[in-house]
Amino acid sequence: MIREFGFDDVLFLLLAARWTILLTLAAMAIGGAVALVVAILRIVPFRPANWLAIGYINLVQGTPILGQLFIFFFGFSVFGWNVGAWTAAVTTFSIYASAYLAEIWRGGLQSVPKTQWESSAALGLNYLQRLRYVIIPQAVRINIPPTVGFLVQLVKNTSLASVIGFVELSRAGQMLNNATFAPMAVYLTVAAIYFVICFSLSRASQRLEGRIHVAR
Amino acid sequence: MSLVELDGVHKRFGNLEVLSDVNLSVEEGEIVAIIGRSGSGKSTMLRCINGLEPVQQGRITVDGTEVTTAKADLNDLRQRVGMVFQSYNLFPHLSVERNVTLALKVVRKTPLAEARDIARETIAKVGLADKLNAYPDELSGGQQQRVAIARSLAMGPKVMLFDEITSALDPELVGEVLRVLEALAADGMTMLLVTHEMKFAKTVGNRVVFMHHGRVHEAGDARETLEQPRTPELTSFLNAVLH
Ligand SMILES: Nc1ncnc2c1ncn2[C@@H]1O[C@H](COP(=O)(O)OP(=O)(O)O)[C@@H](O)[C@H]1O
Ligand SMILES: [Mg+2]
Repeated sequence: MIREFGFDDVLFLLLAARWTILLTLAAMAIGGAVALVVAILRIVPFRPANWLAIGYINLVQGTPILGQLFIFFFGFSVFGWNVGAWTAAVTTFSIYASAYLAEIWRGGLQSVPKTQWESSAALGLNYLQRLRYVIIPQAVRINIPPTVGFLVQLVKNTSLASVIGFVELSRAGQMLNNATFAPMAVYLTVAAIYFVICFSLSRASQRLEGRIHVAR
Repeated sequence: MSLVELDGVHKRFGNLEVLSDVNLSVEEGEIVAIIGRSGSGKSTMLRCINGLEPVQQGRITVDGTEVTTAKADLNDLRQRVGMVFQSYNLFPHLSVERNVTLALKVVRKTPLAEARDIARETIAKVGLADKLNAYPDELSGGQQQRVAIARSLAMGPKVMLFDEITSALDPELVGEVLRVLEALAADGMTMLLVTHEMKFAKTVGNRVVFMHHGRVHEAGDARETLEQPRTPELTSFLNAVLH
């Protein structure tokens, strides 16, 4: 049965977009926390920690997201754990985000001038205090644009979760298209919603950047 | 015992010996000007004194604490040794006041209200009471360097190390920084300062140390040494900087 694409369908897509946003936020929060640890392990003056971080980043970046989605969705059932699509998607995208953000943030941490480490050391701050109060706050400012750039990619990449049946914006679009056979209307709406999400992110980041003090 | 003592210090970067058998002792209240050509090891010497650089041989003690042992508590020592750099190195993300309170709060665990009092007092001392809420990028070089001095001073150091702190400044801003140093000298602060300001070294310094090829090549009373150098190397160095 074919029906017209109408206002209800736009609403349906908007509700599905909630899941795109939630998945992005969850991956960002969990992945971000892990990324912070990995980025720090990557720069501390202790080789084994650096190697561990490099190994983790390479492992994650060297495997496709699709493969990870399948592994978490189907792989665990081998052990008798039944993970739902949401859990598998959050796990996959958190891991994905953690590796990429770790690499981005490492760059940010290392771009803070060495003299900032020295001048804070000269005041008696220990390594973690230098990191916490002097280096990270400056790295955060440097990192806002590339982090938002990654977030925009993440928003779009969450559409891959549709392969394990997770109904987010893209999947909802597919379903609607099957029901309405109005691909132009459906996918233009889907694209418009993605655009609004990503564009708002970029704007917010520009606002933030304009308001902070960084070394020039 | 002297406040700062360097005893047979050798420092190498790879195969390059940057300090060779440096001996120096600085008494409390003394002001020692360190002069010498670029690359003679002046900065390295200061950086060894607060443990920013490890040494390969010899002993350095500051205020009774040996810096050059593996178990030295450098973070504790550095609270008693202030250091100011040529390029200011203020924390760009913090206001002037918070640049000064950071180490008090984080290292010394001083309560916020007290830390702010100390900050206001030291910032006023360097003449910047009206800039408490400014950020480093809103200040001139001379003002930034005065904040850097206040930041070190706030920790109540026993000795302060100054590494060419006026060298990056426009000529018209040098005076305001030197006046802060003069005030510190009048307060009796022990200071080691690397400088190219010979007039200042002569009038404010008690002693001059001339570094040459990583050694203390000539040292003595500031005025005497600068007016009547004994070695040809110092004579030619002074001729070069004064003309
Ligand atoms: N981190 C470093 N690694 C290698 N060589 C260095 C380092 N720091 C300084 N040097 C070298 O040590 C010598 C002394 O430098 P420095 O102490 O900065 O001299 P000065 O302050 O008198 O100009 C120079 O030859 C310099 O190139
Ligand atoms: Mg130098």
